[in-house]
Amino acid sequence: MFKQLPATDLETVRVIVNGQSISVTKGMTVAATVLSQQQKYTRTTAISGSKRAPFCMMGVCYDCVMVINGKANQRACATYVEEGMQIEIQQGAGSDLVGNEL
Amino acid sequence: MKDNYQLVIIGGGPAGLAAATTAANQGVCCALLDEQPTLGGQIYRAIESIPKQRTQQLGDEYTRGKPLVTAFRESDTEYYPETKVWSLNKQREIGVLYKDEARIIQADQVIVASGAMERPIPFKGWTLPGVMQAGAGQILFKSAGVVPDNGVVLAGSGPLLLLLAWQYLHAGVDVKALLDVTPLSNHLLALPKLPKALLAHHYLTKGIGYQIELKRAGIPLLFGVSDLRAEGEGYLQKVSFKHFGKQKNIESELLLTHFGVIPHAWLTQSADCKHQWDDSQQCWRPEHDEWGNTSLDGIIVAGDGAGIHGARSAEHAGRLAGLEALFALGIISQTERNKQGIQDRKWMKDERYIRPFLEAYFKIPQSLLATADNDTIVCRCEEVTAGQIRDAVKKGHDNSNQVKFFTRCGMGSCQGRQCSNAVAHIVADEKGESVEKMGHFRGRPPVAPLTLDQLACLNKELI
Ligand SMILES: Cc1cc2nc3c(=O)[nH]c(=O)nc-3n(C[C@H](O)[C@@H](O)[C@H](O)COP(=O)(O)OP(=O)(O)OC[C@H]3O[C@@H](n4cnc5c(N)ncnc54)[C@H](O)[C@@H]3O)c2cc1C
Ligand code: FES
Repeated sequence: MFKQLPATDLETVRVIVNGQSISVTKGMTVAATVLSQQQKYTRTTAISGSKRAPFCMMGVCYDCVMVINGKANQRACATYVEEGMQIEIQQGAGSDLVGNEL
Repeated sequence: MKDNYQLVIIGGGPAGLAAATTAANQGVCCALLDEQPTLGGQIYRAIESIPKQRTQQLGDEYTRGKPLVTAFRESDTEYYPETKVWSLNKQREIGVLYKDEARIIQADQVIVASGAMERPIPFKGWTLPGVMQAGAGQILFKSAGVVPDNGVVLAGSGPLLLLLAWQYLHAGVDVKALLDVTPLSNHLLALPKLPKALLAHHYLTKGIGYQIELKRAGIPLLFGVSDLRAEGEGYLQKVSFKHFGKQKNIESELLLTHFGVIPHAWLTQSADCKHQWDDSQQCWRPEHDEWGNTSLDGIIVAGDGAGIHGARSAEHAGRLAGLEALFALGIISQTERNKQGIQDRKWMKDERYIRPFLEAYFKIPQSLLATADNDTIVCRCEEVTAGQIRDAVKKGHDNSNQVKFFTRCGMGSCQGRQCSNAVAHIVADEKGESVEKMGHFRGRPPVAPLTLDQLACLNKELI
């Protein structure tokens, strides 16, 4: 769906997306990374199991949540890649966040 | 980060940057907090770190952000990037998440410059992977140099759509079509507002210039589009729509939509500042005076978070808010505030001449605000459809908050940011009442999710 335009002098880090190690530009969000890796979806919904992908890229829709370094419900568009980061598609609900019902 | 500041500014876009620079340069101890890792807000996102070649593709409106950021860096403001504000109350206690740690800081004055977000419009298929907001496409471009690699369809209404098409064209992206859903009847409605808009004609000439370039490049610009749908099994495969009543399809794996922007007013709503429905801008916004003072003492708003007026106006409003904070803190007199604010007030007025025209021209039609298609998902998080919302109204739940509790619509992780307006429009439509009467979802802290661990180590009791 997306590709990264070529640019010089960009530092890279290695991250693991769904078990596969890849090299990406430092400072990129996880969402930008997975979209430019042709990853078509990033989670399935808890209710109908339908596939979803990042929608707003500005942290407001929560459709981009993924399992990052083992933690569920992390917004991929608001998380920045770090060396060795483990990124996985999230299936259904995660459990360790508190939201608006607090 | 200290526990107390004379002034805290939330948001590092043009409004926040200008406000902070103005106040800090006159000796105020202030901090600017922004959840992004870079300065510039939405319009000037990543302006300090972007490779040079990309700034050219983004155009000269983008590079205007450079001097603003430089002046801010030269001021004594403490800047905290990647710092999310998750609550604000009338005592001006600010809940922040900084370095993964939740804390509460106190400010004598607060300037909320939280900007805008895309207006979410539910339409058939908008939850499919491959359908994104145009702003999302722009964020990917500015912050990471990531652009569509297999073509893209742009659809919706509003100036950002043209701008993005132009930026993509300059980056070598295949724009398959731009589908404009603006009702043609809007042209007539906007006509009486044209003479005033001519006072800010650089916006009009820019828009026309973009259109000419896009047409020359052979990009199909289709006006009078309706019945937009995203279709596909599991993913977007084609975009279908009607063009002057004729059914058409375009195969595409990516559709970016834009229906204007609305104030990102979650913080002011959860602080309980008074908000009003703006019929011309079709959104809720915090009530404020010309200096940005809200209904709550010491809470000032500036920029698109206060009402949509665009980036340049945000910069002027930011400076005026900074002056107001200086006055409220007793650093300058009212006369001095008025004197220092003369230019910005004038420029801001000039900037805003274009707005009534733009608002009338790009007015989103009722058919999009309150989708008639009952199978369309309105609440993306809880997967509640327009039909379920209408059923709730028929059962006697007659405002947005009642419908929310009955259907769970707006209770998911986005806290209703994506469906709040659509629910109000559908309920109003069903009841034959005004949207204003339906109210908005009550915003509650935390406006961003926190983990229990983060909450547990709070330095002070919440509220
Ligand atoms: C996605 C998008 C793209 C846009 N692109 C353009 C464009 O190219 N050209 C144009 O003319 N206009 C654009 N706009 C319109 C935009 O609103 C500008 O007019 C301008 O950026 C407004 O400036 P501002 O300072 O009011 O807010 P913004 O520039 O939006 O800045 C607000 C800042 O506040 C921060 N923030 C918000 N809430 C919190 C919180 N709770 N905690 C911490 N930080 C927070 C945000 O991270 C952001 O950096 C865009 C809008 C959007 C939503
Ligand atoms: S894409 Fe919307 S929150 Fe991440």
